[in-house]
Amino acid sequence: MKNRFYFIIGAIIAVLFSACKKDNYEAPAADFTGRIVYKGEAINVQYGQVNFELWQSGFGNYSALNVNVNQDGNYSAKLFDGNYKLVFSPNQGPFLWKKNAAGKQDTIAVNISGNKVMDIEVMPYYMIRNASLTAASGKVNGFCKLEKIITDANAKDIESVSLYINKTQFIDGGNNIGVQELRGAALADLNNLNMSVSIPTIVPAQNYVFARIGVKIAGVDDLIFTPVTKISF
Amino acid sequence: MKKTNQMKKYIYTFAAIACLSFAQSCKKDSEFLDKQPTSTLPIDAVWKDPNLVLTVVGDLYDRFPDFQRIESWWLFADFDEGFASASGDYFRHQNLEYGYDAWRYWDIGVYRLVNDLNLFIKRGQEATALKAEDRDRFLAEARFIRAGVYFEMVKRMGGVPLITVPLAYDYSGDPSYLQYPRAKESEVYDFVIAELEAVKTILPDNATIQSRATKAAALAMESRAALYAGSIAKYSNAQLTLPGGEVGISAAMANGYFTKALNAAKEIIDGGKYSLYKKNPNLSDNFAALFTDKGSNPEVIFAKDFKLKTNKVHGFTIDNQPRSSAEEAQGGRLNPSLNLVQSFEKLDNTYASLASVDGSGNPVYYTNITDIFADRDARLAGTVILPGTQFKGKTVDIWAGYQLANGTIVTGDNFAQSKSNVLPGNPGSVQVVGGDGPVDGLEFSAQSGFYVRKYLDPATGSGQIGTRSDVWWIRYRYAEVLLNAAEAAFELGDAAAAANYIKPVRDRAGLTTALSPANITFDRIVHERKVEFAFEGHQLWDMKRWRLADKVWNGNNMSVADFTNASNIGSATRTSTQVFGLWPYKYYNPGNANHLKYIFKVIKPSRVTAAHRFRIGNYYSSIGQDVLNGNPKIIRNPNQ
Repeated sequence: MKNRFYFIIGAIIAVLFSACKKDNYEAPAADFTGRIVYKGEAINVQYGQVNFELWQSGFGNYSALNVNVNQDGNYSAKLFDGNYKLVFSPNQGPFLWKKNAAGKQDTIAVNISGNKVMDIEVMPYYMIRNASLTAASGKVNGFCKLEKIITDANAKDIESVSLYINKTQFIDGGNNIGVQELRGAALADLNNLNMSVSIPTIVPAQNYVFARIGVKIAGVDDLIFTPVTKISF
Repeated sequence: MKKTNQMKKYIYTFAAIACLSFAQSCKKDSEFLDKQPTSTLPIDAVWKDPNLVLTVVGDLYDRFPDFQRIESWWLFADFDEGFASASGDYFRHQNLEYGYDAWRYWDIGVYRLVNDLNLFIKRGQEATALKAEDRDRFLAEARFIRAGVYFEMVKRMGGVPLITVPLAYDYSGDPSYLQYPRAKESEVYDFVIAELEAVKTILPDNATIQSRATKAAALAMESRAALYAGSIAKYSNAQLTLPGGEVGISAAMANGYFTKALNAAKEIIDGGKYSLYKKNPNLSDNFAALFTDKGSNPEVIFAKDFKLKTNKVHGFTIDNQPRSSAEEAQGGRLNPSLNLVQSFEKLDNTYASLASVDGSGNPVYYTNITDIFADRDARLAGTVILPGTQFKGKTVDIWAGYQLANGTIVTGDNFAQSKSNVLPGNPGSVQVVGGDGPVDGLEFSAQSGFYVRKYLDPATGSGQIGTRSDVWWIRYRYAEVLLNAAEAAFELGDAAAAANYIKPVRDRAGLTTALSPANITFDRIVHERKVEFAFEGHQLWDMKRWRLADKVWNGNNMSVADFTNASNIGSATRTSTQVFGLWPYKYYNPGNANHLKYIFKVIKPSRVTAAHRFRIGNYYSSIGQDVLNGNPKIIRNPNQ
């Protein structure tokens, strides 16, 4: 009787301890990081709006891992080691992505074994040049020029240029406390764009705001931005 | 002797048992084992009796697709028509963007419905026992429903595989014969139009049949489908196309579709069997009754019907009745937005913000709470329960509090709350907020300052959980036919005809100064559909086909300035990303001429934290990865 009792306890312990062993994977460990760049310059975008897809074949259901691009053009993903294909789906981001011979979005092969840093080169429609954001008597003044990068058949026009300010560093059309938008005739000279936004009363009070300029390209969802600037006043 | 008799009895008994049991076992196995199931009817038995076929058709009608509908009020809060005053639905105003998979209508369930319809049609064609006229009507109804399903798919997904025969897998290991490529977007529209054109003569031409397919229902759907196809062709741009035509229609086809839309609408109009609902001389009450009057309503062409004391009832009235007079301790969920309310034009055909402040920004004082809404389109009060108006004979109690002479606001945080010694010179207890609110963040209160009236059932008990409502959901009505005709005529360059078609709809709304042909513009047509069809499930599809959605819901914040003395209310591209409200306050300043008059403030409910953003990739919902994996011939939608 006693033997049997010990046996049962032993069996239970054996069952409980062996159960969690086999079917757990190691967590993904490799960091895949980098920036979205044009000739080494980071492309700044809206938070949570631009992402690319990583595809890995050979594991049952075929579906994409979406990797978000940060406001400043950085991205990072935790991945398993392996071979991936990287692609931006069409119309993601204020830029064009290479196409293959069949006219589809081309993929980049990415091999992950351990941490990897990679800048992804893209072809923006426009780049914002000589941007300056300054505070002056209750206002934020912005200046910039636009350089048209894509000038062939894929070229697109500018729909609007906006200066946004916000309390926090997340700034875009949906997150701002002040905006001035230039449209139509105000965009006649793309080498001389001036904007100005009055700083509203901020509750609770703070003596700084964040600002950046965003450019909306006609027929493209995502805006291209200047880097976020903290402006004290 | 006695013994023998008994013996005999045993023998007979035994013989009888043996006989019975042997005879039984002599039956063939197949006879014994093949029994008719008692829980389902075999196909050939169904196709002998029109009543049994009708039950099958009833199931097919029940699966007819809708997006926004009265059974799910919350979907009306996804855009800018309404605010969702319910704690579980505030997220609708807090999502920045619509997912690419939003409004997807392409999964196993959809194609199962298509397959069921195809099977039904095939079996109907093979059936011989029914009278030809019965059979033809059922088949035409199934084709009508199938056209409706394909129309729903094409407006959400673009071109889809057009499958018109039942499909079955043969378990051979190779499913490639079941893999159909996507048809062109125009081909799906052509299919829908051709099917409806084919069945219209078979279906009964009877205006009293409103919950089953009729000739007018087929024509109304045809006119809507052709109009959608025409505007997609006209307003499409290079971005919203695929090289194979699965998405996008060539601009050259626009006029062909507009002509079809106009002709189909004309056929209903010239048929003379339908007319606008005009039973009540009070134009606003008349417009509200149009949706709830099920007794010989001459305007309704095709509706999803409900019936009390069955399980076909819905809770739209329970969910949305004014909280102060509710029959349950709930209601008031769907609050029409100020965005919608201020769109209703003035009786002189001009647009204006509700005058909460005058031109120099000073508040305007109103003696009566309803004065601010005076001289507006009668459809406003027919669509929206305004502060100070009635539902079920009870006046709603919508006011947000007192404003004192120094600008201080005295208000409460619960329905009809009373406070003591809060008003200067009045130590007593006074009610400081309306029984319907508005209280910011309090569910069921009129957080935008308004309650919805359209489809709200005036019958006693409609607001009780035990009774519920049997108001029907109108899918096609005569006013839409008129506006379809007006739009198609306008797009074809005939503004005079457009003005004629639009006139009766506006006359009924009390806008008796007729629009001249020169007044008919694209913006006018967009506006007319917006106010006529608010909360009827048209908005998303209209915005999509006009390619306006990414401009109107562009993700940019709005401000109070957009609702005070706004000059672009009639503009089709006016931004409308966030729902705003208009709250009445009582002005408390004894001795002042304006004491206890009403002032109004434009507010943004605090639960509205994000601006809707409709991306170019939202024009056609994404196709599920499971569908793409299962069929290599399927091409992804663009811009996602």
